[in-house]
Amino acid sequence: MEQGKYYKLITSDSRNNYFNFREVWQYKDMILLLVKRNFVSRYKQTILGPAWAVIQPLLTTIVFTFIFGNVAGLANCGTVPTFLFYMCGNIAWHFFSGCLSGTANTFVSNRGIMGKVYFPRISMPIATVLSNLIGFGIQSAMFLAFLVIYHFVPGYSIGTNWYVLMAPLLILEAAVLGLGCGIIISAMTTKYRDLQFLVSFGVSLWMYATPVAYSMDLFEGSAVLYIIARANPMSPIVEMLRYGFLGGEAGSVDWMSYGWSWIFTLVILTWGVSLFNKVERTFMDTV
Amino acid sequence: MAEDILRIDHISKEYRLGMIGGTTLRDELQRRRAKRKGLEDPTSKIGDKNVGRIGETFLALDDVSFTVKHGERIGIIGHNGAGKSTLLKLICRITAPTKGSIEMNGRIASMLEVGTGFHPELSGRENIYMNGAILGMTKAEIDKKIEEIIDFSECRQFIDTPVKRYSSGMYVKLAFSVAAHLDSEIMIMDEVLAVGDMAFQRKCIAKMSEISKAQGRTILYVSHNMGTIRQLCDRCIVLDHGHLIFDGDVDKAISLYLDTNIEEKTHYSFRDNTNSKDVVTGEVKVQELEILDKTTMFYFGSRMKVSLVVDVHKAVESLQFRFIFLTSGGMAVAATTTERVCLQAGKNQRLNFELDISHLAPACYYVKIIAAEIDDAGIQIRHDRVAQAFAFTIQNFDGLRPVKWDCTYWGNYAIDLTKTLGETAEIS
Repeated sequence: MEQGKYYKLITSDSRNNYFNFREVWQYKDMILLLVKRNFVSRYKQTILGPAWAVIQPLLTTIVFTFIFGNVAGLANCGTVPTFLFYMCGNIAWHFFSGCLSGTANTFVSNRGIMGKVYFPRISMPIATVLSNLIGFGIQSAMFLAFLVIYHFVPGYSIGTNWYVLMAPLLILEAAVLGLGCGIIISAMTTKYRDLQFLVSFGVSLWMYATPVAYSMDLFEGSAVLYIIARANPMSPIVEMLRYGFLGGEAGSVDWMSYGWSWIFTLVILTWGVSLFNKVERTFMDTV
Repeated sequence: MAEDILRIDHISKEYRLGMIGGTTLRDELQRRRAKRKGLEDPTSKIGDKNVGRIGETFLALDDVSFTVKHGERIGIIGHNGAGKSTLLKLICRITAPTKGSIEMNGRIASMLEVGTGFHPELSGRENIYMNGAILGMTKAEIDKKIEEIIDFSECRQFIDTPVKRYSSGMYVKLAFSVAAHLDSEIMIMDEVLAVGDMAFQRKCIAKMSEISKAQGRTILYVSHNMGTIRQLCDRCIVLDHGHLIFDGDVDKAISLYLDTNIEEKTHYSFRDNTNSKDVVTGEVKVQELEILDKTTMFYFGSRMKVSLVVDVHKAVESLQFRFIFLTSGGMAVAATTTERVCLQAGKNQRLNFELDISHLAPACYYVKIIAAEIDDAGIQIRHDRVAQAFAFTIQNFDGLRPVKWDCTYWGNYAIDLTKTLGETAEIS
């Protein structure tokens, strides 16, 4: 058979599970429409609409500020407003956990559509990450607005510095890490649904191993906790974001921990993609 | 010579029976332990002796091969569980084959279900984009066709309303319209035409034929509706328990599937033919039939002589034989009743008849015979029935009817030539 433009060969051979970027690119319109669909349908028939994207992290931040900051006194951030300290960590974490738990049920929640039509399965989790990115964008705008407001409030000093430019790279890493973990879980949940329950529990557990509700220096008291916190790939992301936006009192820069987190992220992504590609061939038979 | 567009090469698909893969890790571990100790699977249903055994497999498709040429319209038929849907799923890349390979040279539009990816909250227009994109169209392609799609769907009035407020018919119409306007080389449809009202179904069939004939696109169509298969397809594949048992002519395939495939011969014996006592009395039994013309090929417009051998267990006064002519698709075309005969009890009585088959259009037919008696009250008492008695073919006789008779469009009963009344007069 002559190999035309759309030539395709399907075999029982499962060794060719590489990531087919060209094919995903062909479906870019579908990914964008899925992003739009996710975003639009989420807020249809609500009065506040996309405002919910702002209200949720705002309320969490207020609660965190009150409980962890004022009552428990876990925010060791000196002259930086506690509210901003928590908002920065919360938004970053919210984005990461949204990517992870959103992609974790890719196969199970989309089996209706995936059982009827073919498209590169990986475009589903990619769309989930992108729609989370939109929400994150809105939340970041809110954060920046508060950042500017607090600059004019007397009594606080915010040390925004050039590390702010690291932010896009940090966000990319959070997205990739969330995607990687999410697709590993999604590939495994096709067989074991137990993981679904583990996801929400695991994510909140992970949050407490990350300096979201408290400063990194609180971990320094215990050697074991400090190692755990530094080994956690999300820690340098949150810490560096805080350092850049809020200054040295709120965050820290730990290059060793940061380098390790990238290695971890890339390994997770590679493993996730190859596992995902392996599972996507026959998951309809088991899901 | 058209080129091959799809090549299915020794495809097999294996499924594990019972609880596929297990649902929890605990079940899986329990099952492994049970298997090691040689016990019954604790997670299988009680009393399930046939299914649920560990390691047993089931071949949904077993070594199926065929090739499809560019522009062919292929019908795939078979009983439930024959593997039709599995085959389509493999071609659409929804799941991978266990053995074999599939080669294709074009894009595939799968319509295994209409409205895939429709979101109830989005409007009709937004869903056209969504659905089109999922089926593989780019936004630019949809932009070009959106007006055409909306017109075809007959839903223009509601196009900006969320589809959750649509009636189910409108929903399906919209969904079909998107799929029908895809620019793919191969279209795969699984009984999608079973929905929508009659007018829309007809429109869909017409659209599919047009797509295929005018644009030379290839269609693979699965349906249990033999009418649409015959209308749409020019080649048919019959699957049975995962095996490909026939590939070729549509009528032959349909008769094979409907089990109306009777061998054409000049002598038949019905000694093994049994009927339930509720249906027939059994007082008269048709035992043999012979076509006295010594052929099963008849020219259009001819007559047929047959001879019946009957056993009569109890004398009957006014027995009639009814011959019902059916198409290979199982549809009754015409029937005739013999003159009443009076028969005494006795074995192997021979009766000869001449059947007027001159009005049957060129095609293959099979005949059902009923031996019945009409009593004084006019009620019919059936004595015997042979559901599939004999088969024959009517050939086109050139000269008498110069145009080739097309049963799909003209039917199977040919009415005599229509005469003109008097002379043609000009209407003033």
